[in-house]
Amino acid sequence: MPKTKKAVSTGMSAAGQLGLYRTMLRIRLFENCLAGLVEHGEVKTPCHLYVGQEAIAAGVCAALKKSDCVWGNHRSHGHFLAKGGKMRPLMAEIFGKKSGCCGGRGGSMHVICREEGVAGTVPIVAATIPLAVGNALANKLKNTKDVAVAFFGDGATEEGHFQESVNLAALYKLPAVFVCENNMYASHLGVLERRVENNLHEFGNVYRMNSVRTDGNDVLGVYETTLEAVARARKGKGPSFLEFMTYRWYGHVGHRRDMDVGVKRKAELEDWFRKDPVLLAKNALEKSGVSVSKLDGIEEQVKAEVADALAFARKEPYPETREVSEHVYAGRVK
Amino acid sequence: MRIINYANAICEAHRQLLKSDPRVFIIGQGLWSPWYAGSSLKDLDKQFGKNRVIDTPVCENAVTAAAIGAAISGMRPIVFHPRMDFMLLAMDPIINQAANWSYMFAGKSNAPVVIRSVINRGGEQGAQHSQALQALLAHIPGLKVVMPATPYDAKGLLIAAVRDGNPVMYIDDRWLYEIEGAVPEEMYSVEIGKAAIRKKGKDVTIVAISYMAKLALEAGKALAKNGIDAEVIDLRSVKPWDADMVCSSVKKTGRLVVAEAAWKTCGVSADIAAVVSREAFDRLDAPVERVTLPETPAPASKALEAGYYPSATDIVKAAEKTISRRKNGLQSALR
Repeated sequence: MPKTKKAVSTGMSAAGQLGLYRTMLRIRLFENCLAGLVEHGEVKTPCHLYVGQEAIAAGVCAALKKSDCVWGNHRSHGHFLAKGGKMRPLMAEIFGKKSGCCGGRGGSMHVICREEGVAGTVPIVAATIPLAVGNALANKLKNTKDVAVAFFGDGATEEGHFQESVNLAALYKLPAVFVCENNMYASHLGVLERRVENNLHEFGNVYRMNSVRTDGNDVLGVYETTLEAVARARKGKGPSFLEFMTYRWYGHVGHRRDMDVGVKRKAELEDWFRKDPVLLAKNALEKSGVSVSKLDGIEEQVKAEVADALAFARKEPYPETREVSEHVYAGRVK
Repeated sequence: MRIINYANAICEAHRQLLKSDPRVFIIGQGLWSPWYAGSSLKDLDKQFGKNRVIDTPVCENAVTAAAIGAAISGMRPIVFHPRMDFMLLAMDPIINQAANWSYMFAGKSNAPVVIRSVINRGGEQGAQHSQALQALLAHIPGLKVVMPATPYDAKGLLIAAVRDGNPVMYIDDRWLYEIEGAVPEEMYSVEIGKAAIRKKGKDVTIVAISYMAKLALEAGKALAKNGIDAEVIDLRSVKPWDADMVCSSVKKTGRLVVAEAAWKTCGVSADIAAVVSREAFDRLDAPVERVTLPETPAPASKALEAGYYPSATDIVKAAEKTISRRKNGLQSALR
């Protein structure tokens, strides 16, 4: 059976815990801002918002080094920000501007920040899972001790990509961590409309991997669970499958909270608002003696960062239309 | 110069790439068995170890994608698909991921992967062991597609593909494996996108792809006996293809036959005909003829196979058809 662990204590410093809170808040406020932009039509690129799941991106990425790469999906603004990506190039990309992280070619669903270890995000469900396996294979062949992380949702485990990938990673004992964010929906279909049981963590057991299911709204728990998986990977003990249970507050795509893609989930939402990962982290910090003014100060800084990114994205120029055919092929490489 | 066969030329390219570049590795199915690759990968696992010559579980999709992920992460993998038909299971990583990667991320990341697949036709293997799907791949921006027809090009194009920096689809035809030719012992590249004139001529241009280049040369010799001087071009690269060389040849001969052992509809031959009809419109003395497969899946029975794969005689007939056609008065007057 999988370990279902609850983090009770952590070796993380107070500063580290504040950092986790800040990361979660950066995602929350960035995306709440974005939801408004989508609602008012200023942003057109399809935005799959991450709000509600912030503890997973923050906790996982805090357990990684800069040289460890993360591979994302259609819902990856949070992964980008948590791994160290800046708000300005992310917002500019979402606005389709030249100074966006992909020069306006990617939009919301394709983001990259190689210098911080965001290897790339794509919306084809599960598609980056085997790419991350390849990253892990490269790390093993190069003997770098770096770890590759694939972020994906519960729906992705239904794809052949996933099943083939975990087998390869387990067989070759690759330094990979499979992070399944089980938010219980794939677009409009609930998990029990797609499989006979909500038992994704059992996949890891079939492949004899370290396999954990835990609370995805508990940022310290996510951090500790990932830390252990990453340590195993670095030591050559192979991949892990981490299933973090969570819930997205917005619909599959766009700004609507309820009735997105035809799904009415008001009652469920009310339950999950009580498990708000950002608020839980804030309360824990307060309880541990961090002053309210310190926490408010962080919030003000993050608000200013979002406002700055928005102002930046709005004023930046679009790419020149004549650039449309640039970068189809890579330039000269060694 | 030393003479070796096509399969051994492929093997030598792999060996020299593995030896000279620690980033190179080979991954796919059938690498540790002589059955799937012929001698084209012979003993590489013994020479370089099973860590760099990786025979995989039965998962074309994840293996191809993992190679792409490794390429994005700084390696120079060569994926092997012993039969192109099975590579269809890997179309997401090839088309959605590798081909788009540079563009999606504005050139900040690229996927320098070589994906080798074999057209392994004939021998009553039927519809799913025989296909030649280069047109499908050539359609996609971001991919390059090479199809060497000689031992020299088999080696030089593989080395060029690994050094290219982009996803390159390397397609070889099992019917070429025993063909012998001069191959330098040292490493060299054949430029991707450049065709080669195999026989100079003035009456008709025959552009041929992969194994058809061999048949086109045979056809050229047969035509010569009838007093027709054909120019034979081996296309070598299907994407990008050498429109400059093909068009300047057609401007000289006024006639074009395209020979491709693949389907006609939206085939590479169709693209060549379209480009030539624009670039050499005034110089064409006859419609472009195409020698292709019939528009059917590959059959199994040898009785049906006999009517399926085009021959040198088919190329001869097509060339003669362009010659026998009465010149269009208007176009001749424009000369």
